[in-house]
Amino acid sequence: MRKDLLRMVDIGKAFSGVPVLENVHFDLQPGEVHVLAGENGAGKTTLIKILSGVHTDYRGEIFLDGRRVRFKSPQEARLMGISAIHQDLALIDSMRVLDNLFLGREKTRGSWWMDWRSEKARARHILEPLGISVDLEAPLAQYPLSVRQMIEIARAMASEARILIMDEPTSALSEAEVKHLFDLIGRLKERGCAIIYISHRLEEIFRIADRITVLRDGHLIGTARAQDLSPDELIRWMVGREIKQQFPERQAKPGPERLRVEGFSVPDPSGEKSYLVENISLCLRMGEILGLAGLRGSGKSELLNGIFGAFGRNVQGNILLDDRPFEVVSPRRSIEQGLVLQTNDRKTTGLIGGLSVAWNITLPSLETFSPRGWVEKREEWAAAQKQIQELGIKVASPEQQVETLSGGNQQKVVLAKWLQTGPKVLLLDEPTLGVDVGAKHEIYRLMNSLTQQGLAILLVTSELPELLAMSDRILVLHRGRIQAELHREEATQEKVIRAAMGERVNG
Amino acid sequence: MKKESKVGSLIRSPFFRALAALLFVILIGILFNADGAFFRWDTHRDMFRHISVFAILACGMTLVIITAGIDLSVGSVLGFSAVLFSLLSLQMALSPWLAIPACLAAGLLCGLTSGTLVARFRIQPFIATLAMMVFARGLAKWISGGKKISTAVLQPDGTYKYTEIPPIFDALNAKILGENVALVTLIFLVCVLVCWLILAKLRWGRYLYAVGGNEEAARLSGVPVAVTKLFAYGASGIFAAVAGIAQAAQELQGDPEAGATYELTAIAIVVIGGTSLMGGRGSIGLTLVGAMTIGYLEKILSINAVGEASRLMLTGAIIVGAVLLQMARK
Repeated sequence: MRKDLLRMVDIGKAFSGVPVLENVHFDLQPGEVHVLAGENGAGKTTLIKILSGVHTDYRGEIFLDGRRVRFKSPQEARLMGISAIHQDLALIDSMRVLDNLFLGREKTRGSWWMDWRSEKARARHILEPLGISVDLEAPLAQYPLSVRQMIEIARAMASEARILIMDEPTSALSEAEVKHLFDLIGRLKERGCAIIYISHRLEEIFRIADRITVLRDGHLIGTARAQDLSPDELIRWMVGREIKQQFPERQAKPGPERLRVEGFSVPDPSGEKSYLVENISLCLRMGEILGLAGLRGSGKSELLNGIFGAFGRNVQGNILLDDRPFEVVSPRRSIEQGLVLQTNDRKTTGLIGGLSVAWNITLPSLETFSPRGWVEKREEWAAAQKQIQELGIKVASPEQQVETLSGGNQQKVVLAKWLQTGPKVLLLDEPTLGVDVGAKHEIYRLMNSLTQQGLAILLVTSELPELLAMSDRILVLHRGRIQAELHREEATQEKVIRAAMGERVNG
Repeated sequence: MKKESKVGSLIRSPFFRALAALLFVILIGILFNADGAFFRWDTHRDMFRHISVFAILACGMTLVIITAGIDLSVGSVLGFSAVLFSLLSLQMALSPWLAIPACLAAGLLCGLTSGTLVARFRIQPFIATLAMMVFARGLAKWISGGKKISTAVLQPDGTYKYTEIPPIFDALNAKILGENVALVTLIFLVCVLVCWLILAKLRWGRYLYAVGGNEEAARLSGVPVAVTKLFAYGASGIFAAVAGIAQAAQELQGDPEAGATYELTAIAIVVIGGTSLMGGRGSIGLTLVGAMTIGYLEKILSINAVGEASRLMLTGAIIVGAVLLQMARK
């Protein structure tokens, strides 16, 4: 047997006396991708923070190359070759790619003068074998998220990382970009770099993992080679109970037409392209879920935002809602007309983190609770309580700050605030992003029961199994235009991907 | 998950922290009581009277800071309002029933202008209100001709005639409840009450928090972001005008230089109270406590006859101490 690169033994950690990790073992071989799986709150993040030197008071021991280590800070962990790639990248957009690669570890002549030449040489030495081609002199901001993420990985390599920790690195990537990332991971493996990979996407886990370790409620459930574990078994390990199906059964009875979009186009405000989406026509029936697929940059989010009025009046085309003309003016007007959008990023555009759960839930419908200008606290409170109960949001009190909730519960708060407005059409952009398996299942069930009550849903998701299981019909976008329309019965992952990449697919 | 007892969360609450800072300052007052001067009521009355003008500015500042903005123009708007009020009531002998609304309207206009620059033209609040600060000071000097507007009225023959002090000045400068409370303190407390109603009861108050907490999420939730900002800066302008009228009454004149650097004291009051400059968090109760903290601090230093140089240095150091105490909860 090869020598372990990393061994974590009997790790325990408690916050204010409440244990969050107990007797957890974890090991890592050179050149392997070891997936760390578990629901939100299972202790994955805590384990990672102990390893990367963020949490310093823990029980248990860590061995790196067989030697006992105890990091006192993230800097110390990085010096020993352990680098974490976070969801929110730790890069500075306004600085050049080159500056970012060596941020905090600048190469200097003497101790004062920047040594640009050797930085550049070293940068090329790192980037080329990884297959990343970027302009070192260009500001980082001009590159899309996927490239910036690769630059962050390259930065870790620049500091001679041997262990890379990736926390849901694909959550904002398109299928093509995911493929690039996985190619990159393959090259890192060849160099003997070991990767700890956290993800909620089953399909992805089985694509990338060599071994899988599952945590639940702070306990180690098990470690297994990926080929020895079936998806069903993995779910059972994570959830601790049998979820018969990952997706609830969908029985749709679409009614009369609810939303009709004709020749809808969104001009590009930045002027790079002429249109973000162009000449889109679609119709959506009562009780129907219409799925929108497409690669990143295909315009699916932009279509939702455009209809919702997030770009203002600067759109073209006609929209009818319940046979009446729907005016695209502003989010405020759209909400009044009964059309709402759950954005794809609850942190930056969905919730107001510092405010309470109750205040977040009632924000879009606040006027109904304040007909005379002052807020009727009792009615507001009752409405918030009702949403919390109906959606099964786990809170200590409606006054709890929303940013202290887990991802799944935050996502339900976003849903609650839109349902409180009594919408006719719900535009959902990645409704299960960064949400654990159990909460995902609840959100799917909720979507089913909402459509049974006549709500119409336009669903954007980059998780293909979710798209196929939940949509009654699927429209595939390619470069801002509709490339294919697939009915539930005929849609397959392969067809959707081919259409998304611009191939002609027979519906 | 962190679990805390009720007491624990109370101790961690910003209001408790603000009170702790205030109690700390009062304790200093009890220790250095200047031969019992600190235990006399008129010391406290004068503290409140002295801090009231600053605290009225801080009320408007609180609303603006909660939207994640800042209003640097309040000191200049105070000066402009003080000059305008003196011009109208001393020199033109206008009824206070006309002079006061005119000043409030002028303050509102200044605030709405800053608000428009911030909300409509998306100029950073710091820059927009810095411009308004300079502009309003110019306005004050322009309408006053650069001179203090007092009871001496220039006659056509080049001599000065002293007018009688209008009753409104005496009224605003009065001490009521058996000489125990200055009227200007009462005005300040009314301002606090108004802000409390806005922040705790009105829909617009809720929108102030939402815009400051996450502007983009607020916009996408249908909050009228631009109008909310106009509301905050407009209100700040009105509060600055109120402070200007009070200042003119206290000084019996309109000084075009009045209120210079007052905006900094107002910001200090808000921050010491614990309202976050990042926006979205804070309350008017915190500002009330913050005003008393600064007020007592200055009063204690002055009754102990600490020289101005040491007083300024000590005040600076204690502001840092109070803010550090506020931050200790993290």
